[in-house]
Order: sequence, then structure tokens, then C-alpha cells
Amino acid sequence: MSQVDRREFLKLSSIAGVAFTAGLFPSAQSSAQSGNFHFVQFSDTHWGYKGPANPDAEHTLEKAVATVNGLASPPDFIVFTGDLTHTTDDPKLRRERMKRFREIVSALRVKDVRFMPGEHDAALDKGEAYKEFFGALNYTFDHKGVHFIALDNVSDPAAKLGDEQLAWLAADLKQRKADDRIVVLTHRPLFDLKPDWDWTTADGAKAMELLMPYKNVVVFYGHIHRQHHHMTGHIAHHAASSLIFELAEPGSQPKRGPLPYDAATPGKGLGTRDIAMADKVSFVELPATKG
Amino acid sequence: MKRRTMAALLIGSAAGGVARLAADAPVEIRIAARKFEFHPNKVAVKRGQPLTLVLMSEDRIHGFKVPDLGLRAEIVPGQETRVALTPEKVGSFTFFCDVFCGDGHEEMDGTLIVEA
Repeated sequence: MSQVDRREFLKLSSIAGVAFTAGLFPSAQSSAQSGNFHFVQFSDTHWGYKGPANPDAEHTLEKAVATVNGLASPPDFIVFTGDLTHTTDDPKLRRERMKRFREIVSALRVKDVRFMPGEHDAALDKGEAYKEFFGALNYTFDHKGVHFIALDNVSDPAAKLGDEQLAWLAADLKQRKADDRIVVLTHRPLFDLKPDWDWTTADGAKAMELLMPYKNVVVFYGHIHRQHHHMTGHIAHHAASSLIFELAEPGSQPKRGPLPYDAATPGKGLGTRDIAMADKVSFVELPATKG
Repeated sequence: MKRRTMAALLIGSAAGGVARLAADAPVEIRIAARKFEFHPNKVAVKRGQPLTLVLMSEDRIHGFKVPDLGLRAEIVPGQETRVALTPEKVGSFTFFCDVFCGDGHEEMDGTLIVEA
């Protein structure tokens, strides 16, 4: 990252809650592989949700879009790590929500936007509607020397990646060198974060086993509606905030559930994340709104 | 194995109540699943009591997972799903649906209470 870019990135901390600056790619070998860039992660926007956990639900996503559009240094691209829409049994309403969601995020000035499904989008119809609007459920792409792998652990309602996708992942990884820089994007955690709250992926351990031989892997995910950081050996996992409501800290209460809405601090615990990729990886948590 | 039905063994199993085993013998416990609840959603048993959970769905496929006891099953409408266990640990163990079933899925859970 150049000095100018680094200053611009650090400026973000003036509107951010937390700057996470620890090195996430553990191998120094990675430093010579690629250029520097940053991207933004949105997660768990749950468009269509109505309820007491966020009385401002109809506007939170629009505010977050405006906040990201106001970044001094536009990101190279934007990823949405699932639960774009809130679930419904009605296939027609599901598509209406996806259509409206897509209209709202079309206001993003950065046009390279990558979507991923959450279980709210894809579990009831195995991703049928999602694919109509947003394309493939799992895919890879490369950007400035970093290999991105988007995994689908939601369209199977039992939260499995499945043998077919695991074989696809294994075939993709076989093409990588051991010190390649790899970013894995998922909706649900690939490790057992809180199994009795269903914060896990049924066969996530199989994906982690495939990833472990690679020295420079980091996982960004959503689902749990709060920031969380975890290490599986040398692989870091980072959960993102939601844009609809914050869920309780794992184990802090008997059942999973939203934290009460506080009218005095609307938007508290909600936001997006700006992730800088250089010889090290760092990120800044952005609030849903600037002010 | 001699089986007795849950109806003969439970105390206070009315809606929302706690199902409690009153005897120390192999028994069947019937649990119904429907969006977005289990019935009963609280089941009290004695440690060491051999059990067969008989799980039935009234609407669609649901899951039944008790991570702390290593139990997991799918409940398919029109079928009985039978899960055998003999709980050896005292405590309260959460069970929940782990097959996403709609808006309310996250609240579909219950508690297995194992008493000394």
C-alpha cells in the first residue's frame, strides 16, 4: 500500500468504530505477489425485514450505500456476504424484495459488486430466485494477485457445502501455490462458533481441511450480525456487522436473538467493513451512517 | 425392550408445559415439529434413563439437533424419526431445528432437562 493510500485508508478510522490492523496473511512470502487495493464488505442487509429490532429498517441500507459512496478512496469492488433479503415463504414477495434490494444497491458508485446468498435468500427454494437476480451461488475471481473463493453454505437448508462443492473447492485449490493469497467469502462460519445457536456449517471442517495447507488464507463471513474474530491454526475468520440488527454476543444469553433497539443510538452495532489488502491485511469497521 | 408411551409417563405435558418422566424404564418420547415450534418444547428426564425420541413433522422437513449430546436428525413429514439415547450428563441441553424453515426458524427450539 502506498503512503498516500495508507493515509487515505487510515482517515477512515475517523468515522469508524474499530480499526483492525493485525497482519492477516501470516507468510512474508506473500508480500511480493500483488498490488495493493481495498474492498468493502456488506453483510446481512435483510431487505424486507420489519420488526422492533430496527424501526429504521427501510432506510438503513440506503444510508450505508451513501456512507460507502462517500469514502475518500473508492474501493476496487464491493462484496455482499449473504442475507441480502429477509426470508419469506411467498416466492413472488421474495423476488420483489430481491428486485428492490438490487435497485437500492445500484446507487453504489462502485459498479464491481459481488453478491453471495444467505439462508434467508436461498434456503427455501435452494437458490432458485437468488440465481435469477444475482447469478451463481458459488464462484471464484482474482483481483490484483489475490484469489477470492465465494462458498455457498446456505442453499442447502441443512447448512452444508455438500460433496459436490467441496470437490469443486478442492479442484480450485489444486491450481494454487502454497503461498498464494486466498480470501474465502462465506455467509455462515466455517468453524463451530456456537453450535447450539446454529452458528456453524455442517461440513465446514472439510473445507477448512482443504484450506489448511495454504499459508495465506483469510475468511470473511456474516450470519452472526456482529464482529467476531477467530483463528483456526494460521487461518483467520472475521465476522462482519449486519445492516439490520445486532445479535447478542455468543453465550451472553440463553438464546440467540437481536439486541434491543436503542432509539438514543440508532444504527449502533450496524455497519460495513473496508478491507485493505497489502503485504498485510487490515480493515476498518464503518458505521452505517456518518453522523 | 419394553416400551411405554409418553402419555403414560409424562406429568404436566399440556401445551407449553414441561414433559417429565416419572419412571426409570425405557420409554418413548414423542415430539411434534411444526413451523416454528416443537411440542413439547421442554422435556425432563432422569440421567441414565434409556430413551427413544420419536420425532414427527406436521408440515415440512425440519431438523432436530442437540449439539451437546451429539444428536442430529431430519424430520420428514409422514415418517417417524426415531432417535435413541441414554443421557449420562445432568443439565439443560438445547435442541433446535437446523433445517432452515422460514421466518421464525431461529426461534424453533426447546430444552432437554436431564436430572440426577
